[in-house]
Amino acid sequence: MRNWKPYLLIAPYLLHLALFVAFPVVFSIALTFHRWNIIAPMEFTGLDNYAHLFQDRLFWKAILNTLQFLLIHIPLQVVAALTLAYLLNQSIRAKGFFRAAFFLPVVISGVVVTIIWQQLFGLDTGLLNRLLASLGFGRVEWLSNPSIAIVSIAIMATWKNVGLYVILFLVGLQTVPRTYYEAAEVEGANNWQQFRYITLPAINPTIFMVVILSTIGGFSLFIEPYIMTDGGPLNSTLSAMLYIYKQAFGYYHMGYSATLGLFFAMLIMAVVALQKRFIEQEE
Amino acid sequence: MSKPIKYILLTLAALSFLYPFYWMIVASLTPEAHIGELGILPKVLTFDNYSQMFAKIPIGRSLLNSVMVASLSTLGVLVFGAMTGYALAKLRFRGRNGLFFVIIFTMTLPFQITLIPNYILMVKFQWVDTMAALVVPALNSAFAILMFRQAFQSIPNDLMDAARMDGCGELRILFQILCPNILPTIITVGILTFMNSWNDVLWPLIVIREESLMTMPQVVTLFAVGGRAEAQLGVKLAAAVLLALPVIVAYAIFQRHFIQSMASSGLK
Repeated sequence: MRNWKPYLLIAPYLLHLALFVAFPVVFSIALTFHRWNIIAPMEFTGLDNYAHLFQDRLFWKAILNTLQFLLIHIPLQVVAALTLAYLLNQSIRAKGFFRAAFFLPVVISGVVVTIIWQQLFGLDTGLLNRLLASLGFGRVEWLSNPSIAIVSIAIMATWKNVGLYVILFLVGLQTVPRTYYEAAEVEGANNWQQFRYITLPAINPTIFMVVILSTIGGFSLFIEPYIMTDGGPLNSTLSAMLYIYKQAFGYYHMGYSATLGLFFAMLIMAVVALQKRFIEQEE
Repeated sequence: MSKPIKYILLTLAALSFLYPFYWMIVASLTPEAHIGELGILPKVLTFDNYSQMFAKIPIGRSLLNSVMVASLSTLGVLVFGAMTGYALAKLRFRGRNGLFFVIIFTMTLPFQITLIPNYILMVKFQWVDTMAALVVPALNSAFAILMFRQAFQSIPNDLMDAARMDGCGELRILFQILCPNILPTIITVGILTFMNSWNDVLWPLIVIREESLMTMPQVVTLFAVGGRAEAQLGVKLAAAVLLALPVIVAYAIFQRHFIQSMASSGLK
């Protein structure tokens, strides 16, 4: 009679799974064939939503913006995190302090970080432009220039998350045996050669992990442009998630926004699968 | 690279991470007219920004809401996560392997796919503008289940067998005998869940419109973008300070736990 007990234990999860995961997935597919604003009855429209999606210039702009964001954010993230981890992974005092300082933005709400950076990016009184001016450079239109704004947001996102990846790289760096470096030193390899031929190959798995984690995180870019630019100027910071949000909760296009959500989720899974494929081939 | 250069670089980096938060706090205590010319140390201090903010938005109420939502979600994730994780790790039942793969699969599913249908579900349940919309969908987490499963797998079966001989039920074995042995996992899952819930803003923006039910990040977000701060920077920053403060205090105390928890979630 002990056989039913396990099912009692997993029942809360199963209920949750059915209600908030399985049903929504099925329902979202059904929604893509309908037009619906929640209040009026659902109207079957066949493949109209899909046809509309492929002609929706703003959606493709949002997808391109998101990909552009990722293309800046990910390399920046890897280089910055690896550099800081490399500096930390030496006989250095106050290591704990530095680690805690780098990690602080990771735990703070993105809302707070965005409100602060909106001021740092300020045109005349912003700290960054004041710093540039004191070094003799001209001011940068961080958020008002359409070709720079997405770069600025990528810089901010990197600053917010880099601490987490510093820790992951530190774990990776500590798995490299000391004896490798000692042997290299005997052979007369310089610092750069040691980094290039010992450190880098050894932490390859960590690099891929950082790339995948920041890809998944980057695709959900939402609150930063929502607070800072509302997608502007000229829709240059309109992220895919922000566009879906506006379609759903600004216009109440439930069927269409479900179509966008499904398509976008497929894209995310495809990109991550491609990255994983690439890793497996490397190994 | 010589040692002094390393220290200079590290210090510059640390400053770039700490100074913006310091600036936020000092600026929130500075009269509006002086914020633009703020140096390292403030010249005039005032609580004016704070009293204006308290008058404009129900920040205290939202703090209470956030504490309640984050506590209840965390409690649910811990209790249900431990139950499911325990069943997966220590009990034999049909469909166990299948369930395990389903859980792994749900973790790879982007949330963008379920976001809209889940909102519609909240509408149909008439949960929009209720605490239930914030708490109930957050009561389980696939990540927590996998963490608990892994932790329970490392506990020898003898411990449970002895308890069973004494006639203990499964729930007592789980919560009274096994859980005290996996405290690090409980702390990790607890910190991560609480923090994610505390910082989440997208879902509250979707399901809560009634101001008295809003969470803290939501109130601060709407205050910052909605024009009610009336372009008063100091007031906006005061709201941001209050939102960050509980996390900064918790981080100062449990810093090591925070870093370990986040790192272990990344390494999974």
